[in-house]
Amino acid sequence: MSKRKFRIWRGDATGGELKNYQVEVNEGEVVLDVIHRLQATEEPDLACRWNCKAGKCGSCSMEINGMPRLSCMTRMSTFEETETVTVTPLRTFPVIRDLVTDVSFNYEKAREMPAFAPPVGLKPGEYRMQQMDVERSQEFRKCIECFLCQNTCHVVRDHEENKKEFAGPRYFIRAAELDMHPLDAKTDRKELAQQQQGLGFCNITKCCTEVCPEHIKITDNAIIPMKERVVDRRYDPLVMLGRKILRRDQIAPLASTEPAVHAGPVVVDETKAPVDFGRELLPPMGAAVNAKGKVDLNEMLSDRSAAASPFGDDVQFPVDPTALNYYHPDKL
Amino acid sequence: MDKFVYDVVVIGAGGAGLRAAIEARLAGKRVAIISKSLFGKAHTVMAEGGAAAAMGNVNSNDNWMVHFRDTMRGGKFLNNFRMAELHAKESPDRIWELETYGALFDRTKDGRISQRNFGGHEYPRLAHVGDRTGLELIRTLQQKIVSLQQEDKAEYGDYEARIRVFAECTITELFVTEGRISGAFGYFRESGDFVLFETPAVVLATGGVGKSYKVTSNSWEYTGDGHALALRAGAKLINMEFLQFHPTGMVWPPSVKGILVTESVRGDGGVLKNTEGKRFMFNYVPDVFRKQYAETEAEADRWYTDPDNNRRPPELLPRDEVARAINSEVKAGRGTKAGGVYLDIASRLPAEQIRKRLPSMYHQFKELADVDITSAPMEVGPTCHYVMGGIEVDPDSAAAAVEGLFAAGECSGGMHGSNRLGGNSLSDLLVFGKRAGEHAASYVDALPARPKVAASDVDSATQAALAPLERKDGDNPYALQHELQEIMGDLVGIIRREGELAAAIKKLGELRARVAAVSATGGRRYNPGWHLALDLRNMLIVSECTAIAALEREESRGGHTREDFPKMEPKWRKVNLVCGMGPNGEVTLEHQPVPTMRDDLLNLFDKSELAKYLTDEELPA
Amino acid sequence: MTTLATRPSGAKARAAISAKTLRTDRWWLSPLIIAAILLFFIVYSTVRIFMAKWYFVEDYGYLTPLYSPCLSDSCVEGSSHFGTPLPKLPFFLPLGIVAFPIVAGFRVTCYYYRKSGYRSLWLSPQACAVTEPHKKYSGETRFPLLFMNLHRYFWYFALLVLAINAYDAILAFRGKDGGFGLGLGTIIIVINVAMLSLYTFSCHVCRHVMGGRLKHFSKHPVRYRFWTWVSKLNERHGTYAMISLFTVLLTDFYIMAVSAGWFPDLRFIG
Ligand SMILES: Cc1cc2nc3c(=O)[nH]c(=O)nc-3n(C[C@H](O)[C@H](O)[C@H](O)COP(=O)(O)OP(=O)(O)OC[C@H]3O[C@@H](n4cnc5c(N)ncnc54)[C@H](O)[C@@H]3O)c2cc1C
Ligand code: SF4
Ligand code: SF4
Ligand code: FES
Ligand code: FES
Repeated sequence: MSKRKFRIWRGDATGGELKNYQVEVNEGEVVLDVIHRLQATEEPDLACRWNCKAGKCGSCSMEINGMPRLSCMTRMSTFEETETVTVTPLRTFPVIRDLVTDVSFNYEKAREMPAFAPPVGLKPGEYRMQQMDVERSQEFRKCIECFLCQNTCHVVRDHEENKKEFAGPRYFIRAAELDMHPLDAKTDRKELAQQQQGLGFCNITKCCTEVCPEHIKITDNAIIPMKERVVDRRYDPLVMLGRKILRRDQIAPLASTEPAVHAGPVVVDETKAPVDFGRELLPPMGAAVNAKGKVDLNEMLSDRSAAASPFGDDVQFPVDPTALNYYHPDKL
Repeated sequence: MDKFVYDVVVIGAGGAGLRAAIEARLAGKRVAIISKSLFGKAHTVMAEGGAAAAMGNVNSNDNWMVHFRDTMRGGKFLNNFRMAELHAKESPDRIWELETYGALFDRTKDGRISQRNFGGHEYPRLAHVGDRTGLELIRTLQQKIVSLQQEDKAEYGDYEARIRVFAECTITELFVTEGRISGAFGYFRESGDFVLFETPAVVLATGGVGKSYKVTSNSWEYTGDGHALALRAGAKLINMEFLQFHPTGMVWPPSVKGILVTESVRGDGGVLKNTEGKRFMFNYVPDVFRKQYAETEAEADRWYTDPDNNRRPPELLPRDEVARAINSEVKAGRGTKAGGVYLDIASRLPAEQIRKRLPSMYHQFKELADVDITSAPMEVGPTCHYVMGGIEVDPDSAAAAVEGLFAAGECSGGMHGSNRLGGNSLSDLLVFGKRAGEHAASYVDALPARPKVAASDVDSATQAALAPLERKDGDNPYALQHELQEIMGDLVGIIRREGELAAAIKKLGELRARVAAVSATGGRRYNPGWHLALDLRNMLIVSECTAIAALEREESRGGHTREDFPKMEPKWRKVNLVCGMGPNGEVTLEHQPVPTMRDDLLNLFDKSELAKYLTDEELPA
Repeated sequence: MTTLATRPSGAKARAAISAKTLRTDRWWLSPLIIAAILLFFIVYSTVRIFMAKWYFVEDYGYLTPLYSPCLSDSCVEGSSHFGTPLPKLPFFLPLGIVAFPIVAGFRVTCYYYRKSGYRSLWLSPQACAVTEPHKKYSGETRFPLLFMNLHRYFWYFALLVLAINAYDAILAFRGKDGGFGLGLGTIIIVINVAMLSLYTFSCHVCRHVMGGRLKHFSKHPVRYRFWTWVSKLNERHGTYAMISLFTVLLTDFYIMAVSAGWFPDLRFIG
């Protein structure tokens, strides 16, 4: 047992700082244990996520001495006795509080990725696949969604503006998984990867592979093969020739790309938008709130039956659409 | 406060919850899925071994009847026979269905789903993916939900038109209006803001209670919320005395104590040895199992290659037996310093095979304990793992005693009797998750009018939730949790005694006032101290149920071992202990007869076998 | 939740940490070393290809890979193994005009060199979790980096060049009298060709073409076997890339030295 020095980032979206702590560390402990000890003693409200404590759920991602890691799998014995261990939240995502960040970016990207398309004509129980055929996809299904790769990838880490167009390594392996799935019936995943996931943004610098706690070879086994599959479709002269001569279609014909399931928010040139986003609108007056900043729920205190409108009394529903900085995507 | 209106609210985003949500959505209902952690992180993700389903892919002798028999035997005939029957019959379909959602199980040579051996299962029966089956299951269901959301997006222009996932949101109260569920109340962990769901149907799928124990394979989520919510809403809990201690948890280093070592290590050839190097399990085969298990090491070893002509090794006895055996070895001084025994696979399989078959175990020991399992044995000991007890439900519809309340998964009770077989949980989630979703939807359809949430209920729920933050001088929630864990671990552990149980009940009673006065510092935004303070009362009441029921049941059976009553008593087999909540929040306990098995099911067993479990008058002529 | 068609609200704030990185290890070391190696090789090969001398040892038939195949009338006698379809070349065109662009392009578009180049020369990013210096980034989505996707073509041509190198190596088993011979130079040339083969066959394109593009391995057992082999090689692709870089350099230097007469070739036979 010994006292070790820690620097932990405390704060929220409005700002924060690295705070110093001296914490007891026992043999065999990991960084997450130390954070728990802090919670149980000095800082009960120190926010951090965790679940399994065995590297299986991918909740406890944070940056330890600047490297994105799972805190439950980072053993204290990997640091020098005298070393100060710095723990910060994931940088790429908005911070909620302390070590907890808002990872909804990843869930949104997941939703934009077309799901597995079951083969037609096969009923449940009739699926036959060989082990060698599923092995490649199985590697990618090991992903525990810790989002360390997403966090490390410089495409979005250093360039917030790319988030719209770039799905990130986690979803490249998902694309590869489905494209290599022996029974997936969708044929245009390569195009989707290139056009909607922003595969081209990746410059194969392999940081995702370096940080993946599941040791998935993201770049070598998913991203590069996907890039090569894109090349098949778009550039390779021999493939085209071969297809002509042999009349054999190992690769399905170029499918027309379906419309994006959701390619990020539609951004329209300000001048062409049917609405002038710049104009000032009177904000709704908001509901009357009590001392705690909340709407009174108790009808006894209220001057009307039912709860007050959270928007205030000056807003009538349905709201007149011309009075909003909004337009319907279909009415462009 | 946010307010949402849904047709069905599913509390819990593990296997059971997600399956229920899918089914309710397929029935055309608007569904909310609520989870304390992020989407896809629920406990199910940790399940390793596999999902039991009698598909007969590896051994064609397997069918639902054999599976049913194994389940009843494992549960020592206390199981609700109808649930065990439905489970055995429907689980193959549920597993095959997962393939159509995109799951990729390991395959047999002829391209079907491969199945592996597991404790208590007569044939290889567990569909699996390496040793990360739970991950595959939850990811598959998660992705199916996403695909349904994509369909909705195509139809309505909004992903969340019919299914919305509320991640990091904790439900603290269910509302009942005139005997029917009317809503659920909780807070967002992220902001600390409260939220009200108005809904006529709630499906509870909140998992287990293991966090009340010091040494456990369970995470912070397992505070028995669903059990407690149901109790407070007026439903009943059954079989709460039965807790499964997994025989093989890690015991070293201390910080990882309790983390699971999957049973597949034994299924794939791993053996248990004490510090004298002896394979001690041969000494612990109980009479009821004598016929199915090998008596010599040679026979046991032959079984791995020729299971049809040899009996299985005793390492594969049901978990309760193995856990007790390890416990006795350690007590007898033949355990390691850290209080465990050795689990050895290194000397039984080539290193390459080990890495291939047990990748995450290899990984786990390498990274957490710095042990290379391909060359050294693992140190293991029992760890609190699973609660057999739970909300009492109707077998066919998964409906609890309160109208509009449904329960599935680990938080429901009855299916596993006194002991769950490995792998039966994952298939249980799917089978009863589906049924819960289906019946919740049809309940909503049949409802003439939706019950309204009473405003006063919302107010008092709000106050109860805010109270710990406003109090200043109460106990620290972490300290209280620690005390609770000590009491449960020391006094209501694997081996139980009357005196200790009584002492535990008394101590828990004392804790009650302190838990009611707990205080949390800090604000409302993502404040784990506050969250724990709110979970404590759930842990406490569920622990009380366990202790009280354990004191009442004067016999040893499955996950309940009384040192003072070491025998299994046929007369207790007829009794389910049912916990409820009295008017002042105290735990009530009553006896209830176990449903009698239909004759056609009874006839699946040998009469001589039945005689070991049933009283004479129950035996068929 | 962001909804469609409303103006994207400004991104929520990330944790305010100003340090470019909090890494405490020597993350700058490896990009620095790689940068030094790459720059050295670029300078060396540029100087060498414009030298237009000391590329052929007539006695033993050693031809440096940087000049092979030598196809112009300016090539010294005997070095043109494939005739001289090209006229005399002006001084600003290198004699290896045909193969050198292929080899260079092959390496530049190689996935491994792309990684090392982007990291150590372009600092995009210099190391993981270190903020890169560039304001804007579009990766390989547009001109000119979009052309990195042409690696496939380069690989096909590189196979031809490799075959030529192998042919050159066979011709290097020659004694002064024109019969069989073996010297240190021969061995170096053969090792170089072996390394180049490992590099070329461990290429990601090779892996893809062999079987990576298949959906059902089980229907193509032979290609699956090839794919497995190439996958094994492919794990070391970076190593082969670096080794073969050095063997090319070494071969060229050795031939230059022998040809210039700085030291004689060590002969074992003939
Ligand atoms: C280490 C380990 C290994 C296992 N291995 C196997 C195995 O090999 N085979 C097998 O069959 N079984 C196994 N099990 C058991 C099995 O995994 C669990 O019993 C099963 O996953 C429980 O699933 P569930 O859907 O009931 O709940 P869970 O998956 O635990 O989900 C509970 C959900 O409820 C949510 N929740 C809880 N309380 C609240 C609240 N108050 N408000 C809102 N949401 C709430 C949680 O956030 C979570 O999303 C294993 C268990 C463990 C711990
Ligand atoms: S290899 Fe590509 S996806 Fe992975 S971190 Fe680098 S740029 Fe991002
Ligand atoms: S691919 Fe690896 S790093 Fe990325 S989310 Fe999955 S497990 Fe984490
Ligand atoms: S807590 Fe689950 S991965 Fe760290
Ligand atoms: S990937 Fe390096 S040569 Fe093709």
